[in-house]
Amino acid sequence: MIPLPAMDLRVLAPEISVAGAAVALLALDLLLRRGQRALLRWAALGAVAVALGVTLTSVRGAFPEEGGMFVRDGITQLFEVALLLGLGIAILLGADYLPRFQLERGEYYALLFASALGAMIMAGSRDFLLLFLGLEALSIPLYVLAGFARRSPRSLEAGMKYFLLGAFSSAFFLYGVALVYGAAGTMRLDALSAVPGRGGDLLLLGGMALLTIGLGFKAAAVPFHFWAPDVYEGAPLPVTAFMSVVAKLGAFAGILRVFPLSLGFLAFRWIPVLAGIAAATMVLGNVVALLQGNFKRLMAYSSIAHAGYALVGVASGTPAGLWSTAFYLVNYLFMTLGAFAVVGPLVREGAEADLIEDYAGIGARRPLLGAAMALFMASLAGIPPTGGFMAKLYIFTAAVQGGQVWLAVLGVLTSVVSVSYYMRVAYVLFTGEVRPDVQANPSALASLAVALAAAAVLLLGIFPAPVLSVVQRVANLLL
Amino acid sequence: MGKVPVLSLVVFTPLAGAVAVALLGRRPQVSRWTGFLFSLLTFALAAWLFQRFDPASAAMQFAERAPWIPSLGISYQLGVDGISVLLVALTAVIFPIALLSSWDSVTEKVRAFTSLMLLLETAILGTFLSLDLILFYVFWEGMLIPMYFLIGIWGGPRRSYAAIKFFLYTMTGSVLMLVAIVILHLYGRSLLGAPTFDLLDLQGMRLPRSLEMWLFAAFALAFAIKVPVWPLHTWLPDAHVEAPTAGSVILAALLLKVGAYGFLRFALPLFPEAARSAAGLLSVLALLGIVYGGMVAWRQHDVKRLVAYSSVSHLGLVMLGIFALTPQAVQGSLLQMVNHGISTGGLFLIVGVLYDRVHTRMIHDFGGVARLMPTFAVVVLIVGLSSMALPGTNGFVGEFLTLLGVFRANWRYAAVAVLGAILSAVYLLWMIEQVMHGPVRARSPERLVDLRRRELLVFLPLILLIFWIGIYPRPFLARTEASVQQLARHVQAHTSYVQSADLQPSRGGGEGR
Repeated sequence: MIPLPAMDLRVLAPEISVAGAAVALLALDLLLRRGQRALLRWAALGAVAVALGVTLTSVRGAFPEEGGMFVRDGITQLFEVALLLGLGIAILLGADYLPRFQLERGEYYALLFASALGAMIMAGSRDFLLLFLGLEALSIPLYVLAGFARRSPRSLEAGMKYFLLGAFSSAFFLYGVALVYGAAGTMRLDALSAVPGRGGDLLLLGGMALLTIGLGFKAAAVPFHFWAPDVYEGAPLPVTAFMSVVAKLGAFAGILRVFPLSLGFLAFRWIPVLAGIAAATMVLGNVVALLQGNFKRLMAYSSIAHAGYALVGVASGTPAGLWSTAFYLVNYLFMTLGAFAVVGPLVREGAEADLIEDYAGIGARRPLLGAAMALFMASLAGIPPTGGFMAKLYIFTAAVQGGQVWLAVLGVLTSVVSVSYYMRVAYVLFTGEVRPDVQANPSALASLAVALAAAAVLLLGIFPAPVLSVVQRVANLLL
Repeated sequence: MGKVPVLSLVVFTPLAGAVAVALLGRRPQVSRWTGFLFSLLTFALAAWLFQRFDPASAAMQFAERAPWIPSLGISYQLGVDGISVLLVALTAVIFPIALLSSWDSVTEKVRAFTSLMLLLETAILGTFLSLDLILFYVFWEGMLIPMYFLIGIWGGPRRSYAAIKFFLYTMTGSVLMLVAIVILHLYGRSLLGAPTFDLLDLQGMRLPRSLEMWLFAAFALAFAIKVPVWPLHTWLPDAHVEAPTAGSVILAALLLKVGAYGFLRFALPLFPEAARSAAGLLSVLALLGIVYGGMVAWRQHDVKRLVAYSSVSHLGLVMLGIFALTPQAVQGSLLQMVNHGISTGGLFLIVGVLYDRVHTRMIHDFGGVARLMPTFAVVVLIVGLSSMALPGTNGFVGEFLTLLGVFRANWRYAAVAVLGAILSAVYLLWMIEQVMHGPVRARSPERLVDLRRRELLVFLPLILLIFWIGIYPRPFLARTEASVQQLARHVQAHTSYVQSADLQPSRGGGEGR
C-alpha cells in the first residue's frame, strides 16, 4: 500500500463535489437520447443541492496540510454558498431558454459548474498560483459559454472578444504575480506581510498595480470594463446572468484575498487607487447606463456600477468594509439574477427579447412578474425596503467609518442617477400595450427562479439581521 | 390594552389591506371595497389612538421597541407624541376619502391602484411614527415607489416625466440625509459608546459646530425639497398636475406634511443650535415662498396648477411658523398642516369633480357652474373659504395662531406673511368667481350634473372638520401643546456645541487605518 500523506480531503469536499458534478453531467449527456435532454437540468439542480449540502456541513481547515495553499475559512465558505445559490438560480432561469434555442447540452452545465468551481477556488486561495488557476478555471469556461450559441454571430463575437481581452488581462495578472514574487520571494499571500523591507519596493508596487488590472478586468471596474457591454449583449441570456454574478463574485473574492487580507500593511498605497477606481466605476457605470435601450447592455453597465459600490467597501480599508462588500455581493447576486430571470423566458419573434421596449405591458398582464421586476429594479437602485438598500447602507457606513465621506456622497448621488434607468424598466413593464410579437409564458422553473430571488431580496431588505450576523462573524474571525 | 402594539397595527393594517387586495381583487369592485374597508379599519384604529392619547404628557406614548439589526443598533421603534398625533389622524382620514373619490375615476388596473394606495398609507404612517432614524428612512423612501407608479401609470399626459422628476428630485435630497444619518450614527457610537440610530438617544448629543451645521444642512435639504421650500418647489406643480386626483390629494394633504414634520421631529431636536442659526435664512425663504406661490397661483389658467401653487404659498406659512421657534407659532404650524391637508385636499377633490365631468381644468372653459351644480357650489365655497382662512373655519385658527407666534418673534416677517393671506383670498376668490359664476362657457353643460351621493360623502367629513376645528379647536390644540412646549424649550435652551475643551470625543480603538 502507498502511504498517503496526511491530507484532509474533507476540506476540499465542496470543490470536489462541484468538479465531480461537472464531469458527471458531461458523461450523463452521452447516455441520453435526443428527447431526454431535460433530464440534464434536473441532474444539475440535484448536483447543486448536494454541493450546497456538502458546503454547509463540511469542515474548515487548510489543504494540503495545516497552513497549506488552499484555506477553507469563513470567507471561503460564504463565497461557496453564494456561488452555489447563484449557480442554482442560473440553471433555473435557463430552463425555458436553453431548449428553445437548442442549447441544452451536457457541456453547458459542465461549463457552468467548472466556472463556479474556479470562483470557489479563488475564494479559498492563499497562494498566487492557486489564485491564478482559479481565475483561469473561472474564465475559460465563461469564454466558451459566451460563444455557446454557435449559430448566432453575436454570440460568437462575444465569445471571441471576451476570450481575447480576457487572455490579455490574465497576462497582466500573471506578470503582476511575477513582479510580486520578485519582490517578496514567495508565492504565498499570507507570507507577504513578513517580507522585509517592503513598503517602498517598486517591484512590489508594480506587481500590485498589475494585479489590480487583472482583477479589475474580471470585476468589470472602470477603466477595465470595455468588454462587458458587448459580451453581455452577445452572450445567450442565461450565460449573461450567470457571468454577471459568478465572474463578479470570483473577482471580488480575489480582490479581498489580495488586498485587505494580504496586503493590509500597504493599505495606504492601494486605498487611494481603489477609491479612485470605485469612484470612476460608479460614475461611468451609472451615467452610461442611462443611454441604453438594450436590457442586457443596461445590465452590463449596471454590473459595472455595482462593482464600483462593492469596491467602496474594500477601499474603506476597515473590517466593516470587508464584510459589507461580502454582504453587498450576496445582495447583488439575488437582485441581478432575479432581473434576468424575469426577462429570460420572453421571446420576440423566435429570438430573445432583449430590448427594454419589448417588455411593454408585460407587468400589467402578469402582475406578479411585474411586481417582482419592480422589486428587483428598486433593489438595484438601492431603495428600501430591499436588500439593495441594506447593502448600500453598510457599504456607505463603512466608507464614512474609513474617513471617506466623499465616496459615500458620490455613491448615494450616483444611486439617484441609477433610479432613472432602473425605474424606466419597471415603468415600461406597467405601461403601454403588450407588443404582438412578444410572448411571455414562463415555465414553472423559470418562475421559481424569480420567486426565490424575490424572496431573498425582500428578506435581506426586511430581516437582514440573521444573514448579517453570519457575514460579520466570518469577518471578525478573520481580522 | 397595555400589551397591544397599537401603533404597529395602525402602520401595518393598510399593508395587510394591500396584500388582501392583491390576492382577492380580481374584480375591480372587490378591490375597491376591500381597499376602502381596510382604510376605514385603519381610521378606526387611529381614531381610538387619538381618543386615548394623553394631552398632558410630552413623552412618547404607546411606544414600541424591538431590536431589528442589533449589530448596528438599528431598532424597530415607534411612538406617538403631540407632534405626530394630529398627522397620523389626518392620514387616516384622508386615505378613505381619497379611495372613495377614485371610485369612478380610476377604472383601469383598479387592483394595482388600490394596492399601491394602501402601500403608500403604510409608508406615510410609518414615517410619522418611527423613532429610529433608519426605520424612518426606510418608510420615507418607501413612499417614493408607490407614488411614482401612481403618478406614472394613472397620471395625465406628461405623467412619465412628472413621475421621474418627482422621484429624482426628492431622492436627491434624501440620500444626502442618509449620509448625514450615518455620520451622526458613527459620531454617536464614539460618544455614547454603543451603536444606535435611536432618535431619543441621539438628540441629546453635543456636536462640534461645523459638523452640526453640515448635518443640519443635509437634513434640511431633504425636508425642504419635500415641503417644498422655495426655490426647491419646481417638482411640485408637475407632479400635482399630472397625478390622478387621489394622488394629488395624498401629495398635497400628506406628502408635503412629511417634510415639515421632518423639521419638527428630526432637524430641530437633533441640531438645535444649527436650527437657530439657520432660522433667519429659512424664514426668508418661507416668506419668498408665500409671496411667490401666491403671485404665481394668481396667474394660472389651469385650476389644478393654481391649487398646486397655492400649496407652495401655504406651506411657506407653515415653515415660517416652525422657524419662529416659539411654542405658539409651532402649534399654529402644526394645526395649519392639518388645515392645509383638509382644505387643499378638498380643493384637489373639487378639481377632480370638474375634470371627471368635462375633462378640462382650464378656468376659461368654465363659468356659471354654480347654477348647474348648486350643492357643489356650496361645497366649493366652504372649502375655498377655509383655504382663505375665514373666521369660523379651521384655516383661521391655524393661520391666526401662526401669525401671532411669528409676530412675537419678528413682526416684520408677520407683516409680509399677512400679505400671503391677502393674496390667497385674491386668487381663490378670482378662481371661484370665474368658474362658478358668470355665463356658462362649458362646451357640454349637460354633463355638469350636481354632486352624486358618493361624491357628497367624500366632501362631508372634510366640511365637518373645517367647522369643527374652526369653532372648537381645543381637542386638537390641546394634544399638541405639551410636546410643542417641550420641543421649543429644547431648541431654545439646548447649547449643543461642544466646548473646545472636550472637542475630541474618545474614538473607539482606531479601526482600520
